[in-house]
Amino acid sequence: MNIYALVKRTFDTEEKIVVKNGAIQEDGAEFIINPYDEYAVEEAIQVRDEHGGEVTVLSLGGEDAEKQLRTALAMGADKAVLINTEDDLDEMDEFSAAKIISEYLKDKDADLIIAGNVAIDGGSGQVGPRVAELLGINYVTTITDLKIDGTSATLVRDVEGDSETIETSLPLLVTAQQGLNEPRYPSLPGIMKAKKKPLEELELDDLDLDEEDVEAKTKTIDIFMPPEKAAGRVLEGDISDQVSELVNLLNKEAKVI
Amino acid sequence: MSKNVLVLGEAREGELRNVSFETIAAAKTISEGGTVTAVLLGDSVENLAQEMVQYGADRVVTVEHPHLKQYTSDAYSQAFMAVYEQEKPDAIVLGHTALGKDLSPKLASKLSSGLISDVTKIEGEGDAAEFIRPIYSGKAFEKVQSKGGLLFITIRPNNIEPLAKDESRSGDVSSLSVDITNLRSVIANVVRKSTEGVDLSEAKVIIAGGRGVKSEDGFKPLEELAHLLGGAVGASRGACDADYCDYSLQIGQTGKVVTPDLYIAVGISGAIQHMAGMSNSKVIVAINKDPEANIFKVADYGIVGDLFEVVPMMIEEVKKLKGSPAV
Ligand SMILES: Cc1cc2nc3c(=O)[nH]c(=O)nc-3n(C[C@H](O)[C@H](O)[C@H](O)COP(=O)(O)OP(=O)(O)OC[C@H]3O[C@@H](n4cnc5c(N)ncnc54)[C@H](O)[C@@H]3O)c2cc1C
Ligand SMILES: Cc1cc2nc3c(=O)[nH]c(=O)nc-3n(C[C@H](O)[C@H](O)[C@H](O)COP(=O)(O)OP(=O)(O)OC[C@H]3O[C@@H](n4cnc5c(N)ncnc54)[C@H](O)[C@@H]3O)c2cc1C
Repeated sequence: MNIYALVKRTFDTEEKIVVKNGAIQEDGAEFIINPYDEYAVEEAIQVRDEHGGEVTVLSLGGEDAEKQLRTALAMGADKAVLINTEDDLDEMDEFSAAKIISEYLKDKDADLIIAGNVAIDGGSGQVGPRVAELLGINYVTTITDLKIDGTSATLVRDVEGDSETIETSLPLLVTAQQGLNEPRYPSLPGIMKAKKKPLEELELDDLDLDEEDVEAKTKTIDIFMPPEKAAGRVLEGDISDQVSELVNLLNKEAKVI
Repeated sequence: MSKNVLVLGEAREGELRNVSFETIAAAKTISEGGTVTAVLLGDSVENLAQEMVQYGADRVVTVEHPHLKQYTSDAYSQAFMAVYEQEKPDAIVLGHTALGKDLSPKLASKLSSGLISDVTKIEGEGDAAEFIRPIYSGKAFEKVQSKGGLLFITIRPNNIEPLAKDESRSGDVSSLSVDITNLRSVIANVVRKSTEGVDLSEAKVIIAGGRGVKSEDGFKPLEELAHLLGGAVGASRGACDADYCDYSLQIGQTGKVVTPDLYIAVGISGAIQHMAGMSNSKVIVAINKDPEANIFKVADYGIVGDLFEVVPMMIEEVKKLKGSPAV
């Protein structure tokens, strides 16, 4: 089986975020594989181990994303592809990202493409379904289980807490929800092997794309922190006094009960 | 320039979800006097049309088909695209719900358009409208504009105020018949876990329990408090994983994203993935025995104490308050 996992390098949002001049400060920040993409990579590896084939991890971004791709290779993926747009594009949106990724995938005959359901930084959740649509294949989002039998697939999809069992067939794109699996940690031998696994680097030119083909349809005009909240009030005194003060505050001051 | 805007009404158990009315309000802001047309898709939705009008839609187009009884991206996109082709709108607004999240990127891709997802606020009107959406798990916000062409947004439930319901409004309701073919996904089974009562994503008051609640029984006082306040019970992943409650109650990045007027976090530490689902709440109360717990960083009011002591006391205080004559 020919399996692809889409891996985005993201800012670790558990870290402190600093905004300066309408941009997120990236200096010294921690970058990770988007957590939902770790589920995607893990699932891809498990499917390959069960059904045979090859796992390719694909990332779109800058040079720095090589680190996250090497981590995915160390987990067990077979090959990696980095589409490096650093020199070509200053601006990009979900349309651009999906267009570029699907342009790469269109002649690869993928049987299964696994993405994360959402990137924890950009947070749009658009890229997976957009790529599927551009490739003309079916997709199922936020899956928590996947079983493949020949060219049929049975999936469980999380829909705001309800679970839907879906039957469909390959080729297919799915997006991973938490609960799909427990991503493995790269082992030491895995890390050693990963260094020698193939990592192909491409630019827009190699995909026969011009900047105009992928020009963003939307524009970010500002990035800002939420308005500084007045420091919360931690109540003091006897617990029973605190509770009656709290109820009183919620009623009289906050007017929410 | 005035814009014609399409919105999608979303029903659950035969009733329109609030977010449907919020999409109309958002559409009005964008339309600057243009027409707001509501689309209703389902096996039997005609009866819901009037309510969309009462909340401000100028017209309603319904598509009824047995294949639209349950959502699938293939069936819904075919039906929606048929309405799109008939109406040729300038803008589209959907809710950022499970359905909207799944459907909107497919439509945007078909339409080769941009899509501004999970909008929590609209500034300005018409062509000058700017859209605010949370990024970085809710730790920051971005302001986004369309660069032209079709404007397409999804809105986060409970953030954009619906217009007041006006029972005297009237509007044209028409139906469109659409051939729905070539469905690639079959829904073999649905296990509904959503609890009856208040829809979490629309609740004005949420009492959420975490691992600190310690057992299924531990949730009972939270349910009582929620009931007294006309709200709903939610939970952290920690509580769901420990089997104290069902996953349908989970709030956060992988669960529901909520914006109630009042969010009371009980025995929840405040992990970033949890906060991503609730940090936009208007008033946040934290009850936790650990004064260092992260949740206090976003709380407006906090009590450092044992939840098993605090929650029953709160129930008594709220009863007193509700029992006392209104002032
Ligand atoms: C060079 C560059 C410039 C950019 N400029 C801007 C800008 O000016 N303004 C702005 O708002 N954003 C900018 N971005 C961010 C970019 O537009 C978004 O990150 C992208 O559209 C994905 O959207 P998202 O983060 O919401 O991902 P989602 O749609 O939430 O991601 C869902 C899933 O899709 C897959 N996926 C998403 N992105 C990638 C990727 N890059 N590689 C591999 N898989 C992926 C992953 O599996 C992910 O889990 C820029 C990015 C790059 C690389
Ligand atoms: C990819 C990913 C996605 C995730 N998505 C989500 C998500 O959507 N939603 C979510 O919630 N989590 C999510 N998580 C998990 C998240 O990281 C945390 O593990 C989880 O939120 C912790 O739940 P908790 O706060 O209930 O438990 P804990 O962190 O264990 O906190 C329990 C709290 O209860 C307090 N406590 C204990 N006893 C008492 C008492 N008697 N009285 C008062 N206080 C008491 C403790 O002081 C502590 O602060 C996700 C994680 C990952 C990796």
